[in-house]
Amino acid sequence: MDIKLQQVSYAYSKGTPFEKYALFNVDLTIPHGTYQAIIGHTGSGKSTILQHFNGLLKPSEGQVHIGERVIVAGKKAKELKPVRQKVGIVFQFPEHQLFEETVLKDIMFGPMNFGVSEQVAEARARELIKLVGLPEDILNKSPFDLSGGQMRRVAIAGVLAMDPEVIVLDEPTAGLDPRGQKEIMDMFYNLHKERGLTTILVTHSMEDAARYADQIAIMHEGRCVLNGTPHEIFSDSDTLEKYRLELPHIVRFQRKIEQLMKKPLSKICLTEEELAAEVAHALREGRDAK
Amino acid sequence: MTEILSFNNVSFSYTPDNPELRNAVQDVSFSINEGEWIAIVGHNGSGKSTMVKLVCGLLFPQDGEVRVMRNVLTEENLWEVRSNIGMVFQNPDNQFVGATVQDDVAFALENSGVPYTEMVDRVHSSLAQVKMDKFLNHEPHHLSGGQKQRVAIAGALAMRPKLLILDEATSMLDPQGRDEVLKTVRALREEIGLTVLSITHDVEEALFADRVLFMNNGQKYAEGTPSEIFSLGDKLVEFGLELPFAMRMTKLFKDNGVLLEGQHMSEEELVNDLWTSNFNK
Ligand SMILES: Nc1ncnc2c1ncn2[C@@H]1O[C@H](COP(=O)(O)OP(=O)(O)OP(=O)(O)O)[C@@H](O)[C@H]1O
Ligand SMILES: Nc1ncnc2c1ncn2[C@@H]1O[C@H](COP(=O)(O)OP(=O)(O)OP(=O)(O)O)[C@@H](O)[C@H]1O
Ligand SMILES: [Mg+2]
Ligand SMILES: [Mg+2]
Repeated sequence: MDIKLQQVSYAYSKGTPFEKYALFNVDLTIPHGTYQAIIGHTGSGKSTILQHFNGLLKPSEGQVHIGERVIVAGKKAKELKPVRQKVGIVFQFPEHQLFEETVLKDIMFGPMNFGVSEQVAEARARELIKLVGLPEDILNKSPFDLSGGQMRRVAIAGVLAMDPEVIVLDEPTAGLDPRGQKEIMDMFYNLHKERGLTTILVTHSMEDAARYADQIAIMHEGRCVLNGTPHEIFSDSDTLEKYRLELPHIVRFQRKIEQLMKKPLSKICLTEEELAAEVAHALREGRDAK
Repeated sequence: MTEILSFNNVSFSYTPDNPELRNAVQDVSFSINEGEWIAIVGHNGSGKSTMVKLVCGLLFPQDGEVRVMRNVLTEENLWEVRSNIGMVFQNPDNQFVGATVQDDVAFALENSGVPYTEMVDRVHSSLAQVKMDKFLNHEPHHLSGGQKQRVAIAGALAMRPKLLILDEATSMLDPQGRDEVLKTVRALREEIGLTVLSITHDVEEALFADRVLFMNNGQKYAEGTPSEIFSLGDKLVEFGLELPFAMRMTKLFKDNGVLLEGQHMSEEELVNDLWTSNFNK
């Protein structure tokens, strides 16, 4: 399912004295099966864009294509239910998407709303709660009597329960403990690969964008100013700086090592494993040459 | 050394009538002196935010006592004690009370009787410190995630607290924003001797603390300097944390046959070792 934004502008509180434009003429095409990261400074419009991907916000100008559906500014968009079923969003604040009495009911709500039987929905919930790293007895608790990171995990399970084709993640690792961050990001990546999903990740972690994404778009003051592969985006530190972003930690570290070696490595390494292997290789070559 | 905060055998349960469930906080003791920077780390659900709620009297322990400024925290002295504490909660939405950003930051100051002109001054300067001075009349709930966290931080700074408590207060800031906030807090600490209690999942941030409390399942598993705590190695990973970047890289380098002498917690040390073991020969 391709997602396409064409000349999308969005104003909060449009037509009131509080009108505030948060997006300006955004063009962005995300082909089916892509892992797309969106990065950008605080307030640059990332969360606003995301909410266009399932019709939660409708463009003030321009149009949004979600697979076959087109949402056009100024026109009524009817029956968005099928879109909401196919595009699952994990919001920036998990509290915003939890509402049921118990965690179990919360995870079951989505699928049942789309016609899945109670039995199947419950079985899914029991499976998913483990997948997000929580004990099964948490299913009987109120989602509001959980720690921040536990809420985040429940919100993620709730979205996965809908079996979406497109997964949209708004800072999904905020609040997760470090091991959870890695496990959950790896889980999303595996789902992405195994099921051929389209995955859209908003993140402040340059490391995650570098590690997982096929494409990275940069948002700056409501505009989408760049969209390229991780290698393209992270080989240009001047441009990043202009948009008040920085290189991933691993790339900054590579630069330091290159200063020691007094020559660049053969490529930019985007993961720790890659860099370790590359440095080992360069050192061996250096020794052999002597 | 003046004690600012201490826990003495504190236990707390959200479900005291159900003894089958473990306590959210179990027999925890520690103390913090004026001017210290303490980091609390631990897996999701290990009791960190509950400890914070016990410090500011949103919850009271079933066992043990919490002392703030050497007074045992009670219902009676709660308000007085709170006026010394700047709090930033994990979810900023839960702490906004004002209809506009500036009202929100002013609220606690007004309550603790700060004179009007000083109040205006503090509101403006603390919002400027977090780069939110252009948003004075915005509604706090209608801000982006990172903007909300910045406003919540400004609110705490404006209190000029003796003790600043940050509960994952920078989790939604961009990397630059995170550095800026930490720098601001460090500067304040130098300037006014602020004491900082920071709950964080960011191990690189924890490295900067004077001391680290490492929580596991409601109990204090370990307490020590960052290097003491991070030398626990795999135990940390088992309990939901990870090793700092330099330690992870040291291990990966060694696995790949790169010569290195030691274990390194800081990037600088690692780079030096790379130099002496491989180039300076
Ligand atoms: N409900 C709202 N009403 C009015 N303005 C809003 C609302 N939500 C966001 N904004 C404004 O729109 C702009 C873009 O916000 P958005 O939430 O999309 O940013 P973001 O890139 O997700 O930032 P962050 O990284 O801090 O989450 C910001 O300037 C913000 O203040
Ligand atoms: N209001 C509540 N009612 C009942 N149980 C709660 C409540 N809040 C938290 N708990 C439980 O108490 C334990 C400790 O929660 P706490 O919020 O202190 O964890 P935390 O260390 O801050 O975790 P996180 O890193 O996820 O924020 C958890 O098992 C949690 O489910
Ligand atoms: Mg956002
Ligand atoms: Mg917490």
